[in-house]
Parts: sequence; structure tokens; C-alpha cells
Amino acid sequence: MPLDWVWGLAGGLMIGSAAAIFLLLNGRIMGASGLLGGVVDGSTKGAARKEGLLFMAGLIGAPLLVHLLRGAPPTHLTSNVTVLILAGLCVGFGTRLANGCTSGHGVCGISRLSTRGIVATLFYLVAGALTVWVFRHLLGVI
Amino acid sequence: MRALIAAGAGGLFGLGLLISGMTDTTKVQGWLDIFGAWDPTLAFVLGGAIIPMAIAWRIAAKRRDAILGGVLPAQPATEITPRLAVGSGLFGLGWGLSGLCPGPAMASLGFGGWQGLVFFLAMIAAMMAQPKVTAALSQAR
Repeated sequence: MPLDWVWGLAGGLMIGSAAAIFLLLNGRIMGASGLLGGVVDGSTKGAARKEGLLFMAGLIGAPLLVHLLRGAPPTHLTSNVTVLILAGLCVGFGTRLANGCTSGHGVCGISRLSTRGIVATLFYLVAGALTVWVFRHLLGVI
Repeated sequence: MRALIAAGAGGLFGLGLLISGMTDTTKVQGWLDIFGAWDPTLAFVLGGAIIPMAIAWRIAAKRRDAILGGVLPAQPATEITPRLAVGSGLFGLGWGLSGLCPGPAMASLGFGGWQGLVFFLAMIAAMMAQPKVTAALSQAR
């Protein structure tokens, strides 16, 4: 759609504002994999754990509310169970090993010119593009 | 107050992901599909998100504590480790295969159907196993 970039920019500004609020008010870095991973593996404890859980409640709850009120746009997620499980395992393991994902290394890292954030982003962008090329254009499975 | 801000920031993050189209896996895979029908939307999302956050880091640099208390994050580590490269490469593989990263996986959990739930469960299983697997691998070497 021709206006997709406007929605992208508007949504991006909201994502960045959420990260700015979480940093300046609560002193926390808005990294989705770190917040979720710290809660599920038990490494985040006490008040930080409670805050992480509340953050995720908002993250899951607000789009759910939109979905219930207005109907959310489709996710177009594959129904291939093997691909879903393999992809989920790679994303979960990889982001924890690298200590961050698109929000932590991408949004929060690049914006402070963190070398690790920039390098991580280059790696997952190149790996993602190669994956789509191989699995879509060479193998035709996604 | 901290609790309210945490939930509010999470909600704003989720709505931003929804509005920008990042919960739609065709848009994300379209961005990664540089040899096919390339979709540049994600560049606008990332660019838009970096602007407020770059301002926030400049404000944070002049302060020691967060507004609601607690110390602000220290300077980031700079060392490029094999962990960072391997982990990010693995993450990119899963991201390309599915079109989902952890933020949108959570934001779309409420409406992503059984497919979103299967991905999410596999993701948290790997997150729980990662510290043990990494420790076992480093011991085996």
C-alpha cells in the first residue's frame, strides 16, 4: 500500500517513545527478548520481575484490546508447524545468546550508537535476508 | 507509579508494532526479501523508533538516576564476542523463517491464532534452555 511508510513511521515513533518513557522514568532498557527471557529463565528477580511482567501484560493486552474492539490486521503467519517450532527455537535461543533482539540491540542500541547493537543488527539483518532468499527463492518453502 | 508506567510503555510498544504493520509477517519477510518484492516499511519503523530514543539517551547522559528512582543503565559493553555474532545469526535465521521477532510475537499473541502460540511456546522453551545449553557446551570444550 502507498501509505504503508506513513503508518510505519507513526508506529515507529510510538515504539521509540515507549522505549524513551521506560528508560527515563523506570531506568529500564526496552528489550523484548531480555524482558521476556529474564522472567522465564528466572534471572530477573523482585521488583524488576514484576515490572517486566506488567510491561508484557501491556504489550500483549493493548493489541488484544484493539483486536476485540476493531479487529486486528492478519498476521499471515505460516501454518507449517515444523517451520514455526524451528523459527521459535532459533529466535528464543539466538536472542538470549546475543543478549538482545530488534528492540534491544536495534532500537535501544543503535540510538545510543552502541557498537554491539550495530554489529548485532547487521548480523541478524544479513542472516534474515539470506534465510528468506534460500527458503523462499531457492527452496520455495516459505 | 512505576507499575503503571511499565504497563503503559508495554501497551504503547504493542500499539506501535500493530500500527506500523510489524505484527504482519508478510511485511517483515518482505523487508528481508531484497531479492524479491522488497518492502521498505521496516526501515521507516526502525528510523521512527530511533528518533525519540536518541533524544532520551541524550537526556539520560545528563542524569544519574531515572525519574522514578533507580540508577540509569551504564555505558554499554563494547566487546564484539562470538556469542553476539552466533546468537544474532541464529536469531536472523528464525526471524527470516517466520517473520516474527520477540516483540511482535508477544504483541500478536492475543490474535495470532494457534500458529502464534506454537511459535511463542517454542521461543520461551529455548529461552529457558539457553543458559543450561550454553554452560554444557562450554564445559564440553
